[in-house]
Parts: sequence; C-alpha cells; structure tokens
Amino acid sequence: MYVAVKGGERAIENSHLLVSEARRGDPSIAEISVAQIEQQLRLAVDRVMTEGSVYDRELAALAIKQAAGDTVEAIFLLRAYRATLPRFGYTEAIDTLKMQLRRRISATFKDLPGGQVLGPTYDYTQRLLDFSLAVASAECGEPQTNPPPPTSPEQEFADVMALLGAEGLIEAQPPSEGDPVPADLTRVPMTFPASRAERLQNLARGDEGYLLAMAYSTQRGYANNHPFAGEIRFGSVEVEIIPEELGFPIVIGELEITECQMVNQFAGSKTVPPQFTRGYGLAFGHSERKAMAMALVDRALRAEELGEAVVAPAQMQEFVLSHSDNLESSGFVQHLKLPHYVDFQSELALLRQMRASQSAQSESSI
Amino acid sequence: MYDSTEAQQARREWLGLLSRAPIELLEAWGAGRAQEYVWLKRPESGLAMVRARIGATGDRFNVGEMTLTRCALRMAGGQHGVAYVQGRSARRAELAAIADALLQDPNERDALERDLLQPLRARIAASRAARANESHLTKVEFLTVSRGDE
Repeated sequence: MYVAVKGGERAIENSHLLVSEARRGDPSIAEISVAQIEQQLRLAVDRVMTEGSVYDRELAALAIKQAAGDTVEAIFLLRAYRATLPRFGYTEAIDTLKMQLRRRISATFKDLPGGQVLGPTYDYTQRLLDFSLAVASAECGEPQTNPPPPTSPEQEFADVMALLGAEGLIEAQPPSEGDPVPADLTRVPMTFPASRAERLQNLARGDEGYLLAMAYSTQRGYANNHPFAGEIRFGSVEVEIIPEELGFPIVIGELEITECQMVNQFAGSKTVPPQFTRGYGLAFGHSERKAMAMALVDRALRAEELGEAVVAPAQMQEFVLSHSDNLESSGFVQHLKLPHYVDFQSELALLRQMRASQSAQSESSI
Repeated sequence: MYDSTEAQQARREWLGLLSRAPIELLEAWGAGRAQEYVWLKRPESGLAMVRARIGATGDRFNVGEMTLTRCALRMAGGQHGVAYVQGRSARRAELAAIADALLQDPNERDALERDLLQPLRARIAASRAARANESHLTKVEFLTVSRGDE
C-alpha cells in the first residue's frame, strides 16, 4: 500500500520542464507537427485510437507527440481526455460487409469473387532497412498499371463467410432473437461469465502485445484451434446515428477499420453436423496484427460455449479479460514507483524481528 | 414537416454529405454570407459509442467511441438546422447546420445544391474512385505451385 506524501513541488515542476525538453530533443532539429504524426506515423495513430478506444486521428497524434512516442502513455492520455467528453449515444451497427475496401485477403480461398487485394501492406517487403528513407525524399514511385482498370469503383467483393455458409460448412452468425442491446463495459463493469459481446468490447480496447502473446499461445498448443485467416479486410465504413430530434438515421462520418474473420476447427453435436467455427476481430484504423490476435483469442474464449475443455490460459475468461487493459496493467505495475515507505518500514521491522528471534534461538541451542 | 419519405430521404442524404464536408469547402461556401440565426443548441463536442456486429452479421457489440460535434439552430426564416459531424470542430458543425436549415428553404435549395452538395458528392466519389483504383493496382492472382516431391 502506498501512502500520501507532501513536498517536492519544486522538484516536480522542474521534472515537468525536463520532460518537455526531453520531448523536444535537440532544438536545432525541426519540431514534429501533429499533422505529420497523423500522416506519417499512421499505424501508431491507429493503435492509439484502437486501445485508447476513441476514433479521432488528430487527438491520437497529439497524444503520441505529448508522450514522446510511448504508445501506452499516449493511450492513457487519450483515455483520460475521453473521460472529459459527454456521451451522446450509440451508433447504428456499422456494416463491415459494405466496407470500401483498400485491402482484402483470404488465406482459405485462392480464387474468390472480387479477388485478393493487397493494398498497403508490409507482408511482401523484405524487411531490409531502407536507407533511402534516411534522406528526405520528394517522391515515391508511380505504381505500375495492372490492366484492366476497374470499370466501376464499386467492386463486388464476395463475403468469404457467406461462401462457406452457403454449404452450411461454417457456423451461421445471425443476431440473437430480438437483436439484444449489448452491455457496455464503459458503463457497467464486467461480471463473469461475460457475454461474447462484452468480451469483444474488452478485447477491442485490449493491449495489442498482450493479445498477440495470448493468440500465439493458442497456436503453440495451449488451446489449439487450428485457425485459418478466412478473410482480412481493411477499408472505410460509414457510421450512422439516429438523432432523437430527427428519428431517422444519418451518416455522421467514416471510419477506417480492420476486420478479421478467423475460420477454426470443427465443432458439432448430435443435432448439428460438424462445421467450422469462427473467431472475430475488429480494430480501428489499419491494425491487422491486433485484429488477427483478437480473433484468435475470441475463438479461444468460446471454449465453454463450444463444449471444449478449458485448460489453457487463453481460454480462461477471467484471466484473459482481467489483464488485457494496458491502462490498468501499466497503472498497477507502475504504481510500485509511488512511496511505499510505511509499508516497507513495517516489513523491514518484521524481517529484523524474525532474524533476531532466529539468531536468539540458534544461540540458545548451542 | 419532414414526414414525407422523399423529403426525409433528401435530408438524410444532405446531412450525410455535410457531415463529411471538409472545413475549407464549408468555409468557401459560407464566406461573406451573413446568416441570421439563433442557437437552439450551441455546438458541443462529445462521443458516440460505435457498434458493430459479431462476425459482421451477428449480435451487436461496442467497439469503441468516436468524437462527434452537434448543434441546432433556427434561422431568421424559421427553419431549424441541425448538424452531427465527426470530429471536434464547432465551426464545421455550425456551417453544416446553417446549410441544413437553408436546404429546407425551397428558395435557397437550388443554389445550395449547386454550390455545396454537388461539389461534395463529386469529392466523395472522386476519393472513393481513387481508393478503388489504388487498391485495384494491388489485386493479385495467386497460383498454387505444385511441389517437386509431390
């Protein structure tokens, strides 16, 4: 337990000044602008928006600048700012099947209507440091044409899940009866067992590194679900709300979003023939690693529902969901830096006492 | 007043366009226009919780929030304008609400259609087409290669 202490105001003020100086770095080097971060560090912005749980590119970029590039700190800043804003309501559910795609790949079907579209990806880069980036360059190359160009910008991209669903080979995913309103973790704390909707909300804002490790553990045999990346989509979707005074839905903007539909090993029962099962991941911006990890963990957390033995950490709801938030985990780990003087003094006294009584005992036994 | 489906559809469309209007375009349109109005609800920035569906088609769940600015006003002519726009710009919301109010005025409608909505539609279509073309350039045909030992 830590205790409140007084004093140190001047030291703290000076420390704040040093933080600003350290953030700024060498003043002879041009200062980075929020717009530059927003444009040129887009994937960092996407991560901060996803885990900060607020879609606002400018705010996320500002947070990254303020945190000197520490994404977890930036996520903290964004969450703190979020707490100052009023909540106007909930959007209509976005329709990811109507996403304007910039990237769509499937690892399960080579040929599918609409095709595989790589979009901007590091997947096929050789991960060799590109020293040409070390000098400011004016132009990137023109892409080579890929005939024929599309006649219409709106291409038909088949929904991979629907392709499998048509044959009944994968579990269907219709809304439950009455299309229930999902519980909102920002309003009502989670209780266990948590619904899949609550779990996904938790995972959506969960730490990418943590989810990645959890997902990896399932692949290494701790709850192997034999996954295939059925479909990964990155693009933009329109968002609608129904303002009270209007009573009809209107588009309020567009979000860039990444979606992962994972196809997993079969389940079946006496009444249902064997079929593929599914895991789902969704993240703001272009956050592919996050969306894939989320989908794997989502599937692992469905163990009980699908009649699998809960034996591995990634299948344990309470374990996974209680440790996913980096605001909480970073806060609790780092609170150890706060004064624990009283606590420690009492332990010190206890330890001295134990040692004293032990040595007294050993002396008396001689 | 907007009970007719057609009128509602039209307003739905323009509110959607206005929500995505860049500030420069709105400012260019609003420049030099002295509009008289009273606030019914001053611009306020806040959050909307974005919902999606599990597996794209299943139950709804909460993904995370987005910033949003809203306002409502009444023009001297009596029309009410509202705005719900992504982001935190009070000025964007204000101009969008003025445009919404004026679009309901039959005498103003054509001019706004020409000066604001058409350019907005064109802009959105152009950016969508550019994105689609960009993506098309990365469309691949994967061929599975049979391995020598098989």
